[in-house]
Amino acid sequence: MKNENLIQYIYGIADNALILGQRLSELCGHGPSLETDIALTNMALDLLGQTRSYYQYVARLTGDEKTEDDIAFLRIERQYKNVLLVEQPNRHFGYVITRQFFFDVFHLLLLQELQNSKDETLSAIAKKGIKEVSYHQRFSSDWMKRLGDGTEESHQKVQEAVDDLWRFTDELFHLTEDDKEAIETGIGIDVTNLKEKYNKKIKEILEEATLTIPEIKWFQKGGKQGIHSEHMGYLLADLQYMQRAYPNMVW
Amino acid sequence: MSEKEVKNIRTEGTRSLEEIFEQRIARDEKIEPKDWMPEKYRQTHIRQISQHAHSEIVGMLPEGNWITRAPSLRRKVALLAKVQDEAGHGLYLYSACETLGISRDELYEQLHTGKAKYSSIFNYPTITWADIGAIGWLVDGAAIINQVPLCSTSYGPYARAMVRVCKEESFHQRQGYEIMTKLANGTSEQKEMAQDALNRWWWPSLMMLGPTDAESVHTEQSMKWKLKRKTNDELRQQFIDQTVPQADLIGLTIPDPDLKWNEETGHYDFGEIDWDEFWQVVKGHGPCNKERLSARVNAWEEGEWVRDAAMAYAKKQEDKKLKKAI
Repeated sequence: MKNENLIQYIYGIADNALILGQRLSELCGHGPSLETDIALTNMALDLLGQTRSYYQYVARLTGDEKTEDDIAFLRIERQYKNVLLVEQPNRHFGYVITRQFFFDVFHLLLLQELQNSKDETLSAIAKKGIKEVSYHQRFSSDWMKRLGDGTEESHQKVQEAVDDLWRFTDELFHLTEDDKEAIETGIGIDVTNLKEKYNKKIKEILEEATLTIPEIKWFQKGGKQGIHSEHMGYLLADLQYMQRAYPNMVW
Repeated sequence: MSEKEVKNIRTEGTRSLEEIFEQRIARDEKIEPKDWMPEKYRQTHIRQISQHAHSEIVGMLPEGNWITRAPSLRRKVALLAKVQDEAGHGLYLYSACETLGISRDELYEQLHTGKAKYSSIFNYPTITWADIGAIGWLVDGAAIINQVPLCSTSYGPYARAMVRVCKEESFHQRQGYEIMTKLANGTSEQKEMAQDALNRWWWPSLMMLGPTDAESVHTEQSMKWKLKRKTNDELRQQFIDQTVPQADLIGLTIPDPDLKWNEETGHYDFGEIDWDEFWQVVKGHGPCNKERLSARVNAWEEGEWVRDAAMAYAKKQEDKKLKKAI
């Protein structure tokens, strides 16, 4: 497998962690309670930690003195390969938790497979991440239940988020050309195989939370090809601000 | 017994309890939540510990302002962890305060209505990345000087919380100084950014150590209860003496033309502090007072439905358990 394919494959995983980590970072200091504030920040820290491991690996693969920061901050929007789900804004806590829940269930299934990757570095990163992401899934599942089966208001708010965000979940299981190549060499994971387990887990938790999955026929996609929502540009403007305003400096 | 007689017994009893209490403080014994304490001791501690807790959570805001724009992944993660530490400090300080018989909700209410204060330094804006370095270096530096003596203060839960707070603060201070060092050794733009931040944060940091001894209303009583071991002016001098050489080391200039080493006293002499500015900010007229308070109030109000949901859900779960048991 060519390095460039492997790099693109890694972006497809790592960029999700970066962008979701960035979204969660926005909430630090603004949570509904100190305890949830601390927990959301913990997840942001885990995700950004994973991001660094992936990008440091990409930097090594690239070889031309690239650093993790060049990769995180100096690509143009079309070069980020995260799914649309993770870039969706923090409209309210219901959105934050639903976005997290929809992603966590996928993320855990992915890492459980990725630990068997033929690529030793990816396998090691996955192994380390599983512990963290299991906690994320527990946290977001518990909150789905609290919000869904809490008060009338919370039920309505979180159901609104489920209705809005469900259309971004199908993309999690799409394969890019780079994914296909990575699967062939035993490095990549065929995410299409995860869909059944994913739907089962989501259904189980949502049922307990007294929430329903909306019946929709059309799902949104594009992130994996670098075609993002309008939210993405603003997220990147924040993320990249310093590196763009003060190029080639050490911080 | 007449009412007057009962009162006398109580007064007598109180006096002796108070004597015992003062003796315990003098022997450096810790006062624990269930011990008898004078009402004024309780109130003073609620005021100071909650003010401290509020400062931690309001203090998350100016630094939180740079998390999404941190210049590197390493800095982003470090800043996130730092701001999270402050949330943690808030959490255990509120808990310590609750042992004195007041709830976290009541304490929040005092903050949100402006009845309780928090450190005025957080009413200044963070307008460049260097401000994050300056806050760590100067603001956390001044905070440590204020707080280290509190590790041996008389109220047990506060003293124990402070041991942990101080450990983390000293890490933050080093981290802030490291940010400044990097900038001071960087490009001319970076150096300029660092000097500008020092210029803006220096004087507010000095003010952070509180009004001069002559103006400080709580000092005397607080010294007696070991809530304070040194006066504000002594602490300020200690901060200046410690910080000036650190600035010299990285080639930054303290923005005080009157600053000079005094061989005789063994301390730095320094220029006059603009106390008028200090009191204006305390009274709510600082650049960010309104923003800070409304950010806290918003987080609280927008989070209400979430907290309600958690309570309702917990109750439902409990009821279910109860039903099963029956």
